[in-house]
Amino acid sequence: MGAQSRTRLHIVTGKGGTGKTTTAAALALHLASDGRRVLLIEVEGRQGIAQLFDVPQLPYEERKVAVARGNGDVYALAIDPEDALYEYLEMYYHLGRAGKALRKVGAVEFATTVAPGVRDVLLTGKAFEATRRRDGQQYTYDAVVVDAPPTGRIGRFLNVNAEVAGLAKVGPIRRQADGIMGLLRSPRTSVHLVTLLEEMPVQETTDAVAELRALDLPVGAVIVNQTRQPALRPAQLQAARAGTLDASEIDAGLKAAGLTSHDGLLDALTREAASHAERVGLERSERKQIIAIGRPVVELPWLADGVDLAGLYQLSDLLGQTKSEVPW
Amino acid sequence: MSAQPLDVDALLQDPETTIIVCCGAGGVGKTTTAASLGVRAAQRGRRVCVLTIDPARRLAQSLGLEELDNTPRPIADVGRDGGALFAMMLDMKRTFDEIVEQHADPGRAAQILDNPLYQSLSSSFAGTQEYMAMEKLGQLHRDAIGNGEWDLVIVDTPPSRSALDFLDAPARLGVFLDGRFIRILLAPARAGGKAYMKVFGGAFSLVTASLNKLLGAQLLSDLQTLVAGLDSVFGGFRERAERTYALLQDPGTAFLVVVAPETDALREASFFVERLQQDSMPLAGLVLNRVHTTEAPDVSAARAEGAAEDLDEAGDHALTAALLRLHAHTMRVRDRERHLLGRFTGAHPDIAVVTAPALPGDVHDVHGLEQVGAALAGSVSMLD
Repeated sequence: MGAQSRTRLHIVTGKGGTGKTTTAAALALHLASDGRRVLLIEVEGRQGIAQLFDVPQLPYEERKVAVARGNGDVYALAIDPEDALYEYLEMYYHLGRAGKALRKVGAVEFATTVAPGVRDVLLTGKAFEATRRRDGQQYTYDAVVVDAPPTGRIGRFLNVNAEVAGLAKVGPIRRQADGIMGLLRSPRTSVHLVTLLEEMPVQETTDAVAELRALDLPVGAVIVNQTRQPALRPAQLQAARAGTLDASEIDAGLKAAGLTSHDGLLDALTREAASHAERVGLERSERKQIIAIGRPVVELPWLADGVDLAGLYQLSDLLGQTKSEVPW
Repeated sequence: MSAQPLDVDALLQDPETTIIVCCGAGGVGKTTTAASLGVRAAQRGRRVCVLTIDPARRLAQSLGLEELDNTPRPIADVGRDGGALFAMMLDMKRTFDEIVEQHADPGRAAQILDNPLYQSLSSSFAGTQEYMAMEKLGQLHRDAIGNGEWDLVIVDTPPSRSALDFLDAPARLGVFLDGRFIRILLAPARAGGKAYMKVFGGAFSLVTASLNKLLGAQLLSDLQTLVAGLDSVFGGFRERAERTYALLQDPGTAFLVVVAPETDALREASFFVERLQQDSMPLAGLVLNRVHTTEAPDVSAARAEGAAEDLDEAGDHALTAALLRLHAHTMRVRDRERHLLGRFTGAHPDIAVVTAPALPGDVHDVHGLEQVGAALAGSVSMLD
C-alpha cells in the first residue's frame, strides 16, 4: 500500500474500450492481497465482472469471486437499482410494506427506469453504504472498488447527490445526499482514470480530470493500459518514419532467414514499421499529455493472450509494484 | 471468415434510406463512423444531416467547425452532385426547453423552466438524453420531409448504460403516463384528492405518506408541480416518441452495429443484434472498426518469430529480426481478431459485415473522414 492508504473507496472510470472493468478487477485483487477483504461493485448491469472472473452471473448479493495473493478475498456485487431501492426503503425508513405499495402503483418503476437521475442516486448510495458498513468495530470491507460509468458520464454520476442536495432543502434525502457527497469529496475516496495511449481516450481523460476537479472530487491515479515497448530502436524508428530504412540490409536478412519466396514481404515489413513508428511517436506525445495532468501515472502492459484470470493476477501484481505515489 | 459483405455505397445511395443509426458499445468509433458515412453520402448526391450525441469537440473540428450546437450547421465544400452535409450535436437542455416552450402556454412554460427539479432534470440527470435523442431524431426527420433541406439523417447513439436505452424511452414514458403513479402525483393539483382516495383506497394514503417521508414535503411538492406542469407536454412528447420508434422500424431506416474486434465489444454487439431483431428494427449490418491488417498474411506469426530467432542466433541482421518480430505481433493481433469475428459471424451468419482498418492516429479532417468512408465502402476484400 502506498502513502495515501486512507483511501477506502476507489472509483474506476475510463473511456469505453480502455479496459476499465479489467483495471477495477485487478485493483480489487491487489487491494485484497495479504488477508484483506475487498468489495468490487458493478453498476451498469453488464455482468463484466462475472465474465472476467469466469463465474456465473452475479445476483444482487455480495459474493466471493476470487482469492487474492496471501489469502485475501474479493467479493463482487452487481447493483440492481430496484433491489437497491427496496433495501434503502427498508434500511433507512423501515418502509417494508410501503415498498410493496410503491411498486404496485408504479412508483418504483418510475424511480428506477423512467425518472432520470434516480438510478445514479441509488447506485452511489449503495457504494456509500458498503464503504461505511461495519461488523462490530471493524469495517466489513477494507476497501470498495467501483467499476463506474465511463468518463463521459462520470461527473454526472458522482455529482448526482450534490444536485439532490440542492433540490431537497431538508429531510432524510438531504442528509443522505450530504453524507454521500461528504464521503466522495473526502480523502477516503479516489477516482482513478484508465486510458490508452491514444488521442481520444487521453483527451477524454484530461476533460474528465478537469470536470472532477471543478466538482471538488478527488482525482487518484491515471492508469495507462495496454502499453507496449517499441519494437525498434530510436534510430530505426526515425528511419522507418522517414522511409529511409536500409532496404538492401533488410533484404539480406530475409535471404539469410530463408524468406525469399514471399513476394512483397520487404515492402510489407517496411510499411508495418512505418505505421508502428508513427504510433510510437503519437504515444510519446500522448504520454506527455498524461504526465501534464499532474497525477500519479501507472502503466499496465498489453497482454498478448487477452485478459484471462492469470492475466488479471499479473496486472494486479503490477499495480502493487508501482513506484508512483499512488493512493492504494 | 464467411461473413457476407455489406454494400455501404448501395445503402447510402438508395434514396429510400432516410435514417442510419450507428449503435454500439462505448469507444468503438460510432461517431467517426457516422461522420464518415455522412461525408461519403454527401459526396454521392445525398443531402445529409449528421446528429451526434457525443459532446467531444473533435468531431466538430474534423469537420472544420470550432463547435457544434443544437442547430444543424452546413459543412462547406463537402457535397457533390447536389449533395450537402449538415452536422449538429444534441444539446439535451435546449431540446427539452424548446419542447416546453412549444407545447405549454407561456405562463406555464415559465413556471416549468423555473422549477428547480426541471433544471436538474434537463441539464444534469442521466437518462434525459435518451428521451431527447428520440425527440431530436424525429424532429430532423420531419424537417427532412417538410423542407427538403436534407433527405438522410445519420445519428450515433447516446453513451448509455445500454446503448439501446433510447429505444426503450417511448415505452417507459408510456407506462408512466398510463399508470397509477402519475395520477397520484397529480391528485392534489387537480383538487380531486378525495376522489382518488376512493379509487386507490389505502394504497393512496400509504404511498403519499411514504413519499412525504422519503422526499420531504418540499421536494414532493416540486415533483407534483413539475409533473402537473408537464402534463400538457407529456402527451405530445410521447406521441412523437412513439412515431419515431415506428419510424425506426420502417425499411427506410438502417441500423449499423459498430464494433471493435475485442471480446467485450463483440459480446455487446451480439446483444445489440438480438435486441434489434427482437424489436423488428432493420439491421443493415456490422461495422467492424479498427481491424489490424497486413500485406504479408502468408508469413505466419510462428514463421516470422522463428526466422527472427534464427537471425538472432546467427548474430546478424538485427534490423530484419526486429521487423519480423513486429510482423509476428501484427499477425498475432490479426489472428485473434479474426478468431473473435469468426465466433461472432458463426453465431450470426446472416449479418453483413464491413471492416475499417486500425489507423495509427486519429481522424482530424474531412480528408480523414473520406478515407474511413472509402475503407468502409471498399473493404470487402479485407474479409477474405
